[in-house]
Amino acid sequence: MDLALAPETLARWQFGITTVYHFLFVPLTISLAALTAGLQTAWVRTEKEKYLRATKFWGKLFLINIAMGVVTGIVQEFQFGMNWSDYSRFVGDVFGAPLAFEALIAFFFESTFIGLWIFGWDKLPKKIHLACIWMVSIGTLLSAYFILAANSWMQHPVGYRINEEKGRAELTDFWQVLTQNTALNQVFHSFAAAFLTGGAFMVGIAAFHLMRKKHIPVMRTSLRLGLVTLAVGGLLTAVSGDTLGKVMYEQQPMKMAAAEALWDGEQPAPFSVFAYGDVDKGHNKVALEIPGLLSFLAHSDFESYVPGINDTNKALQEQFGPGDYKPIVPVAYWGFRWMIGFGMASFSLGLLGLWLTRKRFLLPPALRTGEEEVPHLVLLKKPLGTKLSRVYWLLALWTMAFPLIANSWGWIFTEMGRQPWVVYGVMQTRDAVSPGVSTAEVIISMSVFTLLYAVLAVIEVKLLAKYVKAGPPELTEADLNPPTKIGGDLRDADKPMAFSY
Amino acid sequence: MELHDVWFVLIAVLWTGYFFLEGFDFGIGVLTKLLARNRAEKRVLINTIGPVWDGNEVWLLTAGGATFAAFPEWYATLFSGFYLPLLVILVCLIVRGVAFEYRVKRPEEKWQRNWETAIFWTSLIPAFLWGVAFGNIVHGVEIDRDLEYVGSVWDLLNPYALLGGLVTLTLFTFHGTVFAALKTVGEIRERARSLALRVGVVTAVLALAFLLWTQADSGDAKSLVALVVAVAALVAALVANQAGREGWSFALSGVTIVAAVAMFFLTLFPNVMPSTLNADWSLTVTNASSSAYTLKIMTWLAVIATPVVLLYQGWTYWVFRKRIGTQHLADAAH
Repeated sequence: MDLALAPETLARWQFGITTVYHFLFVPLTISLAALTAGLQTAWVRTEKEKYLRATKFWGKLFLINIAMGVVTGIVQEFQFGMNWSDYSRFVGDVFGAPLAFEALIAFFFESTFIGLWIFGWDKLPKKIHLACIWMVSIGTLLSAYFILAANSWMQHPVGYRINEEKGRAELTDFWQVLTQNTALNQVFHSFAAAFLTGGAFMVGIAAFHLMRKKHIPVMRTSLRLGLVTLAVGGLLTAVSGDTLGKVMYEQQPMKMAAAEALWDGEQPAPFSVFAYGDVDKGHNKVALEIPGLLSFLAHSDFESYVPGINDTNKALQEQFGPGDYKPIVPVAYWGFRWMIGFGMASFSLGLLGLWLTRKRFLLPPALRTGEEEVPHLVLLKKPLGTKLSRVYWLLALWTMAFPLIANSWGWIFTEMGRQPWVVYGVMQTRDAVSPGVSTAEVIISMSVFTLLYAVLAVIEVKLLAKYVKAGPPELTEADLNPPTKIGGDLRDADKPMAFSY
Repeated sequence: MELHDVWFVLIAVLWTGYFFLEGFDFGIGVLTKLLARNRAEKRVLINTIGPVWDGNEVWLLTAGGATFAAFPEWYATLFSGFYLPLLVILVCLIVRGVAFEYRVKRPEEKWQRNWETAIFWTSLIPAFLWGVAFGNIVHGVEIDRDLEYVGSVWDLLNPYALLGGLVTLTLFTFHGTVFAALKTVGEIRERARSLALRVGVVTAVLALAFLLWTQADSGDAKSLVALVVAVAALVAALVANQAGREGWSFALSGVTIVAAVAMFFLTLFPNVMPSTLNADWSLTVTNASSSAYTLKIMTWLAVIATPVVLLYQGWTYWVFRKRIGTQHLADAAH
């Protein structure tokens, strides 16, 4: 069969499309849940109205976003069985457990408490209502943890044995699956990147309003919170990316060699800034490199040997028999760079913003601004001019989606970099597809999902834009007088709900 | 009782929970056209499940995840075999979730009407297709020696399974109608009660035919008990409805769902997906299940987590126990 229409190729495209799409919403959901919970906590503790308005504003954007995350997540639970039935048969004993844990512990948590939070403004006392959004936040984090543990097992299978008689992998140590270093590093890296994403989102939108001098008190607070989140998230993303990279050099040398387009092993190995290669002949035509840096990234010194693609391929052939064990090198190479490039661009912008909007003793007293004023952007001792300030606000707005691009390429890199394996060293992707599902069926489902997702993307982005532009809502009497009893005020039988669908 | 038998029961419990809870959600969706006379009434109906539908749907995800972990072969054969119907269900659930959440996010009438239409169809279609799927599971499908489904999508649309689809559709609609009577106030509540009678009678006839067919096809003494309980509970639910005992009526229609699902699983056991080609090729609790170690971990999870889930989900229903009518709708778009 033509390779372009091979069942494996189609199933992979479908998985790629649905999963990358799903993951656009996941990091924003994770971070916005926590940030909204943080803002609501500030409201409950200080009773300052700007915090409640901020909670309602960001909470609304969070809800628009999580709705998409939840519904696209349903597909994820079932498509292993649909398109990857041989995978499911082979690994279900190991891989199913974290998915079941995710559903029973995390999904129930998230989905039940989100209902309580959305509809609970006039039904729950302040503190219980606040607890609900924290529960949602915990649910999102737990969910991500279990699914990342499952993915880490595909990257680096541990805690299992092969049952020859049944022809499958069987779990022997669940704790090891949940706590192996691949899982912990992936979780650390993904959580950090999620907060980088949410921080950039918050900064971009706050910048939009501050540039137009609208909703200043709420947006000042949001800008500050966003910048801190972005900077801390960015820093931790870089740190965890480095440790995850080192783990990957041990566990999947091929992936990391491909990430550098390092065809032949070198000592010390350089870091490639730009390369253009001839994949068939197995070398680069053009290469711009920083000497020794790759050795450092892999092993924390500037001297050591890093194996290349060709060496690793040979080693894998000796270990697993004849075959080609190379991923698509340009995808791995550029995916790796775009991940780092877009992520770190956002991080830098966050650091810059944090410096420009610094407060207190770092700032000359004359430039300090009040609650109702747009903060000055101060480079050294003088504020930036109107034009330059505008440039910063616009940059923040237009780079708001950079972390989303970085996240997507991060996943594309780590999943495609693992090929031809679906479970590294244990099962190849071509052996994982459903033998009983026809090409036509996969084409139908792929087209349906792609079209549906495209339409929903347009609807979602327009809705987000509408609510972003509208700004934080005015508070009502009911907002400022939350109920004191669970179930709300039952005496006034005809009192309207605070929120209804 | 071995662990894979325990897990057979637990999977049955998860599906029961799903059909009990999302059953009335689907029913409410169908009622937006069947019961509501105007858009305000549609909104009232949608808001009776507003805070809870998402949590209810998780029972399906948990059933899916637990099947993957406890019976990987079952998960693989079922979802690759029932590929296109499952695709339709997934698309419906996606659109439906977005519809609930986004409908009120814009004030334009056209926008809201479109989502309302979506809610109706994306409730009706899965309510029907789940019955078709379970009809086929219970009856058996063409499974070869590799435990792969080898039939076509048209084989799934056989008369028995289609009748099963009509039963779940009407039963869920009935369940939704008595739920609406329990959760609303005013004129819509009265109409829900009179509609419940009509829907209930149709459901009873269809359910009786389908369950008798199932009993004749592959039933035994235990499944007969479940059949009797299911039908008796349905009749009792109708009686309670006529007597104006809405809580009882809802609980009894719930019992009908529980007993009907129990009957499915009783006739299945020890198979999980019988093969119509050769009885030796059937998927069973033994040849489809995971290793003892995995099942042990899963059992610990279920024993600890399920009661907690039931507690906090139950608490949600208590928080939102107040009946609602058109006068309670929040006015502005949010």
